[in-house]
Amino acid sequence: MKRGASSFNIISAVLGLAFLYLPITILVIYSFNASRLVTIWGGWSLEWYRELLRDDAVLQAAWISLRVAVLSASAATVLGTLAAVALTRMGRFRGRLLFSGMVYAPLVIPEVITGLSLLLLFVALNADRGFWTIVIAHTTLTMCFVAVIVQSRLVSFDRSLEEAAMDLGCPPVKTFLTITLRLIAPAIAAGWMLAFSLSLDDLVIASFTTGPGATTLPIRIYSEVRLGVKPEINAVCTIMIAIVAVGTIAASLIAKSGTARRDRAALGAQV
Amino acid sequence: MADGGEAAQNNAANEQSPLVRFEAVTKRFGSVAAIESFSLDIAHGEFFALLGPSGCGKTTLLRMLAGFETPTEGRILLDREDIDAVQPHRRPVNMMFQNYALFPHLTVERNIGFGLRQENATRAEISERVTEMLALVRLQGFGRRRIDQLSGGQRQRVALARSLIKRPRVLLLDEPLAALDKKLRAETQFELMELQRRLGTTFVIVTHDQEEAMIVADRIAVMNHGRLMQVATPSEIYERPNSRWVADFIGEVTIVEGRISASGAMDSALGQLRVAGTSGAKSGGTVWLALRPEKIGMSGERPAGELNKVPGTISEIGYRGDISIYKVRLADRSLMKVALANVGVRGNARFKAGDLVWLSWPPDVGVVLDS
Repeated sequence: MKRGASSFNIISAVLGLAFLYLPITILVIYSFNASRLVTIWGGWSLEWYRELLRDDAVLQAAWISLRVAVLSASAATVLGTLAAVALTRMGRFRGRLLFSGMVYAPLVIPEVITGLSLLLLFVALNADRGFWTIVIAHTTLTMCFVAVIVQSRLVSFDRSLEEAAMDLGCPPVKTFLTITLRLIAPAIAAGWMLAFSLSLDDLVIASFTTGPGATTLPIRIYSEVRLGVKPEINAVCTIMIAIVAVGTIAASLIAKSGTARRDRAALGAQV
Repeated sequence: MADGGEAAQNNAANEQSPLVRFEAVTKRFGSVAAIESFSLDIAHGEFFALLGPSGCGKTTLLRMLAGFETPTEGRILLDREDIDAVQPHRRPVNMMFQNYALFPHLTVERNIGFGLRQENATRAEISERVTEMLALVRLQGFGRRRIDQLSGGQRQRVALARSLIKRPRVLLLDEPLAALDKKLRAETQFELMELQRRLGTTFVIVTHDQEEAMIVADRIAVMNHGRLMQVATPSEIYERPNSRWVADFIGEVTIVEGRISASGAMDSALGQLRVAGTSGAKSGGTVWLALRPEKIGMSGERPAGELNKVPGTISEIGYRGDISIYKVRLADRSLMKVALANVGVRGNARFKAGDLVWLSWPPDVGVVLDS
């Protein structure tokens, strides 16, 4: 048999990648278009990035989105990690299956439904909708992703490492912080990055739970596009893609090499 | 009595009282009993082995001593104090784990020094003791290495150093050599013995390898199904097992069933056999004679002298290099195992399968068992 990729495999890979990335590539290229008309190529230019810096509404939305993403990703990481620890460590307590099902449900529940139910909750609680309701909603959305990532690491975690630490005189809480959390830190960091990216590009849930004065970037972009595509929007989207891509790549790199990197750091600190 | 006398007596009592005492310890996981009313004393400075097939509860015992499991019933005393309520991190006991459980994010030095850092020892003290431990396990110069840069044997020694640095009252070793290859294991067994003698620390080792237990330990507790079968020195366990199960578990053995006659001999399917040590056994009851293969002689002609003699046919020969194991078919169709050292250049080539031979043994080499 011939080794390497057959022509069929190469064609499917090219088609698949084109299907995924062609639209994005076009968007990125057009964000550098000198022409005001989005469909006509007028040569390279950074004009729309300069324009963007003068557009207060978009900058404000971007700032809100960033803050929402950082806050909700951090909250989701704490909650998701705790849920993962409880699910892997507490043994077969009553209702464990139900509990784990409930943690993962938001992964498959359509976002429209999550958004609508959160909206109904906030209305029932008579909560003022705005910045904080989006943070809460995004925490709800993303914590299950964190839980999944952290749990997969915890399942393969060697518990005798914790026992060894305690055996050598390390109290249980300190053991959890300095051994367990330390060793699963790459998974936690990857979870945070994923939560951050998910929050940054969420439109559906944010539009259900937002209120006056809390327009996130995706909401802003969506509403502007309805009035016609401005080249500035391409520039904003390109920046967002860059941030999300960097975040995702960083998450996978951290997950892969986190342990080794810290080992070297520990080694360096000693020398 | 004068105070001085009393103190001296207390000291003497301290010396004699066991370091570790299991008092009717039972451990159940759900409805399954892993350990059943287990009582055992381990003395100061002993190299003690818990030996048994996998699933016999030996590791559970060790984990109860370390504090990772608590007895369902009974007590565990360390230096005459009940340690039930003492959490693992406060027990003056350290454990070497089967998979070593070395911290992958720490260097060799920091792994070994981990225990002392928990006690807030000074930097100078930690560094001094770590250097000392590295020398003890012959890993000088490896302090800055990462764990994944070490071989299996080196990891094993790091784990040993890490568990010894706090000078534990008892060192627990859970199958410490199971991950090493055979040659290295044999070397390490002698190193462990030497180390234990030098430090004087009480070692409790868990193993399923009977050869390992016999080599390293001063005393062995043989366990099965959570129960203590026999506790004695290695030679006593081998030469004087107290039951068919222990005789069969430790080494090779042939068991012959029979009854003690009024004259004190044993009537069996092989005829009347002369045996020793039957004073305790009731005449008339069923007993079993356990014979070790290396204690049986084999010859072409009927031997002379005060021996038990039975004829048979060699059915199979297992050549092992140093010795050969012969399975000899006897008159009652049963098989008896005989081991002969291959002292000649060509081994014992004079015997081959199908040969008619005579097996013989002195009356006192067999052990008469009533259970």
